[in-house]
Amino acid sequence: MFAPITLEILVLVLGFALLLAESFSNAPSKRALPKIALFVLAWVFAFSFFTAPAPDTVEPGSFWNFYSASPISMMFKRIALLTTMGVLVMSLDYESTLAKFIPSSRPGAGTGEFYILPLFTCAGLMLMASATDLVMAFAALELVTISFYVQVAYMRSNSASLEAGIKYLILGALSTGFFVYGLTWVFGLTGETHFDKVALKLAALENSDTAILFALLLVLVGLGFKVAAVPFQSWVPDVYQGAPTPVTAFLSVGSKAAGFLLLLRVLEPFLGVSSIQPKVLAVLGTMAGATLIYGNLAALPQNNLKRLLAYSSIGHAGYLLLAVASVGATVTGFGAVGTTIGFYLFAYLLMTVLGFLVLTAVSTQTKGEEIQHFNGLSKRSPFLAFALLVAMSSLAGVPLTAGFYGKFLVFAHAVNAQLWVLVGLGVVTVGAGFYYYLRVVAAMYWYEPTDTAPIHVSSLSKAVMALLVVCIFVFGVNPRPILSALQGAPAKVAAAH
Amino acid sequence: MLTTLLLVPIVTAIALLLGFGNRSWAKASALVQLALTLFVWSGYDQTLGGYQFVSASEPLFAGLDLRFSLGVDGLSLLLLLLTGLVTVAAVWMSPKIEKRANLFDGSVLLISAGAAGAFLAKDAFFMYAFHELALIPTFLLIGYWGSGERQNVAWKVTIFLAVGSIVLLAGLVDLYLAIPAALRSFDLQKLQEVAAQHLIPATAQVRPWLLLTAGFGILISLFPFHSWAAPAYASAPTPVAMLHSGVLKKFGLYGIIRLVVPFLPEAFKQPVWGNCTAQDLLLGLLLCNILYIGLVTIAQRKLDYVIGYSSVMHMGYVFLGIASMNLIGLSGACLLMFSHGLSVAALFAVSGAIREREGSLNFERLGGAAKAVPYLAICFALATFASIGLPGFSNFASETLVFFGGFQNGASTFLKTATILALWGVVISAVYMLRAYKAVFLGEKTTAAAKWTDLDGSARFALAALPLALLLAGFFPQYFLGYLKPTLEAALR
Repeated sequence: MFAPITLEILVLVLGFALLLAESFSNAPSKRALPKIALFVLAWVFAFSFFTAPAPDTVEPGSFWNFYSASPISMMFKRIALLTTMGVLVMSLDYESTLAKFIPSSRPGAGTGEFYILPLFTCAGLMLMASATDLVMAFAALELVTISFYVQVAYMRSNSASLEAGIKYLILGALSTGFFVYGLTWVFGLTGETHFDKVALKLAALENSDTAILFALLLVLVGLGFKVAAVPFQSWVPDVYQGAPTPVTAFLSVGSKAAGFLLLLRVLEPFLGVSSIQPKVLAVLGTMAGATLIYGNLAALPQNNLKRLLAYSSIGHAGYLLLAVASVGATVTGFGAVGTTIGFYLFAYLLMTVLGFLVLTAVSTQTKGEEIQHFNGLSKRSPFLAFALLVAMSSLAGVPLTAGFYGKFLVFAHAVNAQLWVLVGLGVVTVGAGFYYYLRVVAAMYWYEPTDTAPIHVSSLSKAVMALLVVCIFVFGVNPRPILSALQGAPAKVAAAH
Repeated sequence: MLTTLLLVPIVTAIALLLGFGNRSWAKASALVQLALTLFVWSGYDQTLGGYQFVSASEPLFAGLDLRFSLGVDGLSLLLLLLTGLVTVAAVWMSPKIEKRANLFDGSVLLISAGAAGAFLAKDAFFMYAFHELALIPTFLLIGYWGSGERQNVAWKVTIFLAVGSIVLLAGLVDLYLAIPAALRSFDLQKLQEVAAQHLIPATAQVRPWLLLTAGFGILISLFPFHSWAAPAYASAPTPVAMLHSGVLKKFGLYGIIRLVVPFLPEAFKQPVWGNCTAQDLLLGLLLCNILYIGLVTIAQRKLDYVIGYSSVMHMGYVFLGIASMNLIGLSGACLLMFSHGLSVAALFAVSGAIREREGSLNFERLGGAAKAVPYLAICFALATFASIGLPGFSNFASETLVFFGGFQNGASTFLKTATILALWGVVISAVYMLRAYKAVFLGEKTTAAAKWTDLDGSARFALAALPLALLLAGFFPQYFLGYLKPTLEAALR
């Protein structure tokens, strides 16, 4: 049995060790780095099933006060690890494109860190999953965001990548400012930084509704940026399109997962204040509705697959917010909202990583990310086409795929909370989703390819894709393993009601 | 047993999609599916009634009675038989495919598997989920191998069905939550018992009724959600049109009989708008299906559109049987689902065979086909007679029951009026079907028709099975109704 913190320590140590190794090595090829990282991360993932469960209550004042190892935290750690592994596999395929945009005297020079930085992001995501203290949550969030700044702008002679980097940096810093300012308000109101204590103090406060709401508003601005909720979504399309594809996948899954977990954690104390609860839920509901509409409708005319996936990522944030906005209703058999969000994000991880894997493989060879570059893919490479078909069906929410269970749970919560306007919007946006996801499928299966040369995929990528396809179907029929991992014990978030 | 029945088409489809095998695999799978269905049919103890051959997994959610469970009762058995018969005919009547034949055959099998799964599932969630297994294959088949405006049609049908399903999902959850917490379940067998206790207050039944009727209504092409159906059937490749109009569309009706009829009977008498009750609303819509779409059908000049619209129109009769909410009407509705499925599949099979030979189904370009392809002409004639409701075919028996159902004691004035008006639909369908038969098969042989070859080999048997089953059920409706009775009595309890 390991202490859960061992996992984060291992990942950080791995990151530093590889950084050092890279700087002392003369090898022109950096392919060994991600392979070592993958190998170690796989072991860390395996270790995560053998960690000692943390006690429910921690001694007040003890050092580990800020750290929780609840089932939901462990699940999010695994999500972070799996995403990172997927991203590393993608980066291997992305090598040639990357090298093109890193000018250097020797081939491959300057690309090493690209494979190592995701490890620090991963450590940040894992720490954030366990944070039960505002300061800890903030520090972890910054570790994630700052390592992303570098990764987004990594292709330094590609103007799109640089543009994305600047946009992400400026808006990210701004939103961080809002977030921190919100935290200081919370601290000012309560004098505490631990979530549980903040909750107790906030509920006991009298006549401070305006101050509490103001603090919440600031926090929501900060987190709204991280999860790409309307009206804080404007950075998403350009950054997603400009960033190197593996980084886009990482942003889309990792950043969103972390943001939602933090959102649930931070909201919990605020929802405990009964006098402002209706207002909080109204704000969340409005954000959910706006995000659903914007993300899904703006995705309709997109021709660039990366950009399309960026808008779809906003759309999915809308469904997740819909679940968050239903948090006020009494719990039914559908489980806690936290479980739903955990499952949705896990399903989102499977299908998004799969989609980006195929995108990386195809775009490195067709030299383009437009939907038309996928024309006739089913003839050039039936396997890739089928994998992308599965990913797109799951994103659209076709039953018997993991993505459908997520949508089912979200809609179940929304109906349970009687949010009929949002359910109506959801019906429209699911219809829109079918259109833009299936456009890719139509391109692959309906149209003839312009170039019939088969597309080469490394056997590692192929194996990972096959595994993801199988997982999407298996968890689409039987979600029990994931759900029980999330529900394992009464999770902290589950107590939100 | 049932798991095998479900897995045979799925596994074969996956093998075909991965590039193994050829059409004979699909044929074998369809035959095995039909054989297993007949085996289950013979093993089903009709005197016992209720669900049999039940298998169930552990609950998939903590705190939610949702399992992967399969089972059949009289109603699902009848529809399973329909699926088996139509699948065999559909695979045999598939046109010759030049490019990517395996993708075609695999997708056809997946549609059939989705329908079979929906009827086999003993859990409301999986009943819903399996139905949608057909969605993506349909999209691929119509968009790539369809005719006419195939891509526009593929989009239209996919988005209609997707939106319909999500409305249906909301209705399903709303119904689930209307049941008292301790009794909630997705298990259809348990739900049957819960429904018999009538625990949902009458006023609370209206909203789930509306959601479910709209959701299922979109899938069944209830007016005004019908506009996707006829173009889809007209553009779709033959086996897709057969499976969709013949089998898959019955899923929506099946769902209404499984969920709406037992749980929300009071909703039919509740006002939804002023004095208009839910029953009146449904009657108004189904009359539009029968009379308005009936007239639309008369105006069509192409064979596939005539059959497509006639299929939309006939859904009105099934709804009439359901709206009457009594045993006679519902028995008629269920038997009509079976009969209509067989007859429309046979009609689409023949029209597809003619399109394969001629390339067009415009009445102006056709004529005298009976001399060129007598076997197809006979099959088409039999299916036409069935579709019109000629005595001897089971369509006649079921439509009669539906009309009797509308005049049971306690029927409202509007129900009786609607039944009388619906009777005129029979005249309308005689007009368009006979005109279509005359335009295509009678008269002088066109020059093109002289070169046609008639259906031959085993395809003859596959196609003939459909009208033969119609005659069988038409002469012995009592045998089939015996299977339906326990299910329907339980639903109406």
